[in-house]
Amino acid sequence: MFGTEMAPFVIFFVAALFAAITHGWLRAAIMLAAPILGAINLWMTPEGSYWAISFLDFELSVLRVDRLAILFGYLFHLAAFIAIVYSLHLRDRMQQTASMLYAGSALGAVFAGDLLTLFVFWELLAITSVFLIWARRTNQSYHAGMRYLLFQVISGLLLLGGVIAFANMSGSLLFENIGLTGVHGWLIFIAFGIKCGFPFLHNWLTDGYPEATPTGTVFLSAFTTKVAVYALARGYPGTELLVYIGAAMTCFPIFFAVIENDLRRVLAYSLINQLGFMVVGIGIGTALAINGAVAHAFNDVIFKGLLFMSMGAVLHVTGKMNGSELGGLYKTMPKTTILCIIGAASISAFPLFSGFVSKSMIMSAALNNDHTWVWLMLLFASAGVFHHAGIKIPYFAFFAHDSGIRAKEPPLNMILAMTIAATLCITIGIFPEYLYQLLPYEMDYNPYDATHVLAQTQLLFFSALAFVWLNLYKMYPPELLSVNLDVDWIYRRLIPRTLQRLGNAKQALVLAVSHLSAQHLPKLTNYISRHYAPQGSLAKTSSTGTAVMWIVLMLVAYLLIK
Amino acid sequence: MKTDKKYLFDNPKNIKRVLHGLYICCALLVILDFVINRKVYHSWENLWAFYPIYGFVGCVVLVFVARWMRILLMRDEHYYDPPELTEVSGSAEGEKHVRD
Repeated sequence: MFGTEMAPFVIFFVAALFAAITHGWLRAAIMLAAPILGAINLWMTPEGSYWAISFLDFELSVLRVDRLAILFGYLFHLAAFIAIVYSLHLRDRMQQTASMLYAGSALGAVFAGDLLTLFVFWELLAITSVFLIWARRTNQSYHAGMRYLLFQVISGLLLLGGVIAFANMSGSLLFENIGLTGVHGWLIFIAFGIKCGFPFLHNWLTDGYPEATPTGTVFLSAFTTKVAVYALARGYPGTELLVYIGAAMTCFPIFFAVIENDLRRVLAYSLINQLGFMVVGIGIGTALAINGAVAHAFNDVIFKGLLFMSMGAVLHVTGKMNGSELGGLYKTMPKTTILCIIGAASISAFPLFSGFVSKSMIMSAALNNDHTWVWLMLLFASAGVFHHAGIKIPYFAFFAHDSGIRAKEPPLNMILAMTIAATLCITIGIFPEYLYQLLPYEMDYNPYDATHVLAQTQLLFFSALAFVWLNLYKMYPPELLSVNLDVDWIYRRLIPRTLQRLGNAKQALVLAVSHLSAQHLPKLTNYISRHYAPQGSLAKTSSTGTAVMWIVLMLVAYLLIK
Repeated sequence: MKTDKKYLFDNPKNIKRVLHGLYICCALLVILDFVINRKVYHSWENLWAFYPIYGFVGCVVLVFVARWMRILLMRDEHYYDPPELTEVSGSAEGEKHVRD
């Protein structure tokens, strides 16, 4: 912009500053202008490396613009715009400022040309996003935010350790292909893995996101995990381990999603499931697979955002989010219902919806590269995601039993944001070539051949049939007020309880010892004083003669033995 | 009262219609399997109605495993946060929420 290249994050940080000191319609206008100006700025920035800084002995490049970064750049501008429209009704200075800083940090991270800059924005992502959870201002959200922050900070520290090891080894900080070699490779891999929701490291996501505000979750779902996907695509393409990690990520969350009652938590689990598809694509590493992963990240931000927005709208107008307390809302919220169903159809990858055009690329890549078992797992996960995100979410929120709630439609800005996202879902689904043009690699791929369309439609319709059958025969697990144990049990229950038990045991030991001593010390004192006190037998002084007698006796005994 | 108003799915007939539509679609999709000559990438796709059966069985297995998981993993809703620590307010925002 203005002849020199402007880093996209600057625009958002400046807007955040203005958002913090203004209010009302002025703040709304500033917030809306940021992603629009940012997108124009990005469009005018040619590919290349800018903002070179020398730091110690290293060359840093704060702004690196290439095809991969540009795609995520546009995606984040788009996501920020939709989420800002969705949150226009807010009058919450802290939340609105934090969300602008958060979006800016995500942009800073994807345009970072070196690992140190990446680290800085990696940490900023963590710190700014936690305010969106705390903005709920409940006791529960405070604690969930703390746990969320803990994971994010650990990820940041691992990244820092990895970056230091990397710089030590290679003498450069350039962020290119890293690969799983050496300590630095693994440290950075795990750091990315935490933010990407790898199995056993995923719990911050399902714990934190559902506790954020209705608007906060929309921001959260768009940025952190997609920055991690970007980082993996940049640093670890073609790492075979990722194929298996990704396959596990697609499958395990769907079981939790089926029994989860909090519908936004169901969506958080399904977010991990969708990330799994992307991770598989990155792990396969061919041009088609990477394109598929990146395209799926693009689509996921929009359709998952749409689903989170529709559930956020329900939470906003009813104050409830549990499947067991909702139902029948289609009667008074028909617009939200339809928009939610469009999101559900997109995430389920129905032909003509956006999920289909990107997911099928990853599935094809898995088959082309002889990952038969992984392909079967992805197929199972595709059926499963339709089951829990495609049917369960709209069904339990808007249909199912009538909860008696007659809530009005959400505010106009919410409907508008959802409509934009829904339009994009359908447009990308029908005209995938617009998205394909943006992808990092040239390719010739057509998702709409009879084979793909028929296979996917059959899979989905028979999944729906299974849902109907299970529901009609009352075999579908009912929505219950409950908590389901996940990995967080280890640090929310096992470790605190173990420490508490150890503390109790120590206290009991101390008590027992003091009790014992209270009982036996007087006896000991008595015994000692009996013998050693001035009047005691051992303390008596004896005459020299007696002593001499004893010595003589001893000498005699000695002689006799000898 | 507004609650007396009849909505689309208050009429059981409409639910039946939707379900019948689904059954017909499923049947059509299986028939299409014989009509359309699809490209086969993997030998398993040659199996009779591979995708429909995989989708149906997959989902049933999913639900049954999930039900079994409930026995193992489900706890009371106040398992982590005892009720005296959790607010009972139905609002999406805490009491300390400030609007500026």
